[in-house]
Amino acid sequence: MKKLGNPKSFSKTIFSLAFSAIFAVGVSAQEPVATAAPAEAAAAPAAGSGDPVKGKELFNTNCAACHKLDAKMTGPALRGVGDKYDKEWLYKWVKNSSDLIKSGDAKAVKVYEEFAKANMTAFPQLSNGDIDNIVAYAMEPAPEPEVAKTAVAEGSEKTGSGISNNLILGVLAFILGALIFVLFSVNKLMRNLAKKEGVDVPEDKSPANAVVSFAKAYVKNQFIMVVTAILFLLTSAYFMYGYFMQIGVDKGYEPIQPIHYSHKIHAGENGIDCKYCHSSARVSKNAGIPSLNVCMNCHKNISDFQGSKDSTYVDYTKEFYTAEIQKLYDAVGWDKATQKYTGKTKPVKWVRIHNLPDFVYFNHSQHVTVGGIECQKCHGKVESFEVMKQDQPLTMGWCVNCHRETNVKVEDNGYYAKIHDQLAKKLGVTKLTAAQMGGLECGKCHY
Amino acid sequence: MKSVLNILTLVGASLLMTSCFDKSAPNYQFFPNMYEPVSYETYGESNVFNSPTGEKGKVSQIPPAGTIKQGFVPYEIPNTPEGYAASKANVSPLAADQIDAERGKELFTIYCAICHGEGGDGKGNLVKREKFLGVPSYKDREITTGSVFHVATYGLNSMGSHANQLSKEERWQVADYVMKLKSELK
Repeated sequence: MKKLGNPKSFSKTIFSLAFSAIFAVGVSAQEPVATAAPAEAAAAPAAGSGDPVKGKELFNTNCAACHKLDAKMTGPALRGVGDKYDKEWLYKWVKNSSDLIKSGDAKAVKVYEEFAKANMTAFPQLSNGDIDNIVAYAMEPAPEPEVAKTAVAEGSEKTGSGISNNLILGVLAFILGALIFVLFSVNKLMRNLAKKEGVDVPEDKSPANAVVSFAKAYVKNQFIMVVTAILFLLTSAYFMYGYFMQIGVDKGYEPIQPIHYSHKIHAGENGIDCKYCHSSARVSKNAGIPSLNVCMNCHKNISDFQGSKDSTYVDYTKEFYTAEIQKLYDAVGWDKATQKYTGKTKPVKWVRIHNLPDFVYFNHSQHVTVGGIECQKCHGKVESFEVMKQDQPLTMGWCVNCHRETNVKVEDNGYYAKIHDQLAKKLGVTKLTAAQMGGLECGKCHY
Repeated sequence: MKSVLNILTLVGASLLMTSCFDKSAPNYQFFPNMYEPVSYETYGESNVFNSPTGEKGKVSQIPPAGTIKQGFVPYEIPNTPEGYAASKANVSPLAADQIDAERGKELFTIYCAICHGEGGDGKGNLVKREKFLGVPSYKDREITTGSVFHVATYGLNSMGSHANQLSKEERWQVADYVMKLKSELK
C-alpha cells in the first residue's frame, strides 16, 4: 500500500496544474514565463478564494482537533462549508462564535444546539485571509477512494498465497506417498511376473535380504542387544522428561482474540506507552486489560485505519483493521455517524494469555513501579507483535533465575539503608540481588 | 505390502505427534485444581451474575449508582462549559512539598506526551504521524492548574477522560507539571 504514493497530493497537483493553466491563459500578456511552482502559489488568489495548501496547514494546526473534512467529530464535517454559509458569517463565527450565538443569529444558534452546546474555541488570531485559505482547503473535492480497491485486491492475493502454500505442501506429500506406493507395487509385480515366466531372480543378493541376515546376526549377539536396550531406554527417558517438563508451560500461546488488536501498530509504530492502556500495572497486582473507554480516548477520533508511509506492517488490509475498529464501536456502543453513545454495550471476552497458577503470587506494581523493570523483560518485544503471545515460559526456574541475576536498586532508599549495608557486609558483596534479599524464600510467592 | 503399511504408520504417527501442538490453545496442566483458582479472579466469569438468558456473568460488575470507593473525594465541579470556566479558579490541594515534579514528569510522559509532546508543544508522536491533529501548544491556551485537572478528569473536545488511569492525586501532580511546562514554553 505504501508503494501507491499519496493520491491526494496527486489530485492536488492535477488540480493546481489545471488552475495554473487557466490562469496562464488569462494573464498571459502580463506574465509571459510562468514556471510550475510559482504558478501554483499564484493560482489561488486568481480564483479569489484562498490557497488550499496553506489552508491545510492552518486546518491541521487549528481546526483538526474538533473537525474532520468528511465526518462529524466534536464539530460538524467541514467539507463544502463555503457553500453552506457566506464568507462574512464564517469570519464572525470563527473569530468569536459565542458572540454570534448571543446576538441571536438563527444559523449560529442552530449549529450550537445541534452539537450539544459545545462552545467552539475563539480564533481571533486568524485573519480573514487565513479563514479564506481554510475554506478553500475545505472546498476541495474529496479524493477518489481508489486506494481502497487496490488494497482489497492486494489483501485477497495475500491470503490466497497463504492457503496455496499449505495446499502445495499437502499435494507434494501426497505425490511422495503415491510414488513410494507405486515403486513397491511395481517391484512386486515384476517379481511375480518373473516367477511366472520362470526367470530365476537372485533373491540372496538383493539388499533387502542382506539387511535381514544382518538383523539376524544382531539379535543373536546378546551384548549388542543389551547396549541397544540401554540406549533406547535412555533416549526415551530423555524425551519423556522433555515432554513432562513442558506440561503447564504456555510459552508461545497465541490465542485468537475477539478483536484483532495489534500491539505492533499501537505500541510499536505509534509508540504509545504500555502503561497508557495497562495503567493498573503501576499500582496494582493485576496489569489490567484496558476498559473500552481507554480505547475510545483515541478511537473516538480514529475511526478508520489509515496506515502510514513509513510503516513496515502490511499484514492485513486497511479494510480489515477498520472493521476491527468497528467491532470496538459495536462493543462500546458508539455510533460513528452521530458521534454519540447509543447505550447498547456488550462486553468483549478477551482471552487471557499470561496466567500464573493459583498457587503462586505475583504482583505487577512491585516489579513495574518499585523494581522499575521493563515490561519487555517478561513479556518480550510486545511492540513488534502483530498478534499477542506469551513470549517467556513463566516457570518457577525462570522467575528464580531472574531473582538471582537482578540487582536491587537500593541507592535511593534511605529508610532501609542500614539494613542493606549490614546485609551486604554479612554476605560480603557490594550489590544485593533480589535472591539475597529473600527473593528465593518459598513464602514470598507461595502462600 | 507389509513395508508400505509400516511406512504409512510411521508417517501417520509422526503427523499425529506434530499436529498436537496448537498455539491457539493453552497447554495441558498437571493438576488443574491447583492451577485454577477457587476464588473469583479479576475479569473472570461468575455464575452469580448470570444473565436471564443463561449467559455467564462477569466478575467485574459496575458498582451500584451512588457508591464511592473508600477514600474517594468527589470532584464537585460539573462537566459543562460553565464548569470548565469555574475550574480555572480551582487550586491544587497539594502543598508545595507534596509536589513531586519527577513523578509528574513520569506520568506526563506516559499519559500526555503521546499527543501533547514531551515539552507540551502539541507535537507528540501521534500528532507527528497525523493520527491526531490540532493538538494545541500549552502556551497558546489560557490554562491554570485547576483547569488542567478539570480537563484530565473529564476530557475536553477530542480528548477523553483520564480519570480511570490516573488517581486524583496523580492528576494534580500532572497538572502541576503541565503548568511547569507552560512556563518553560514562553
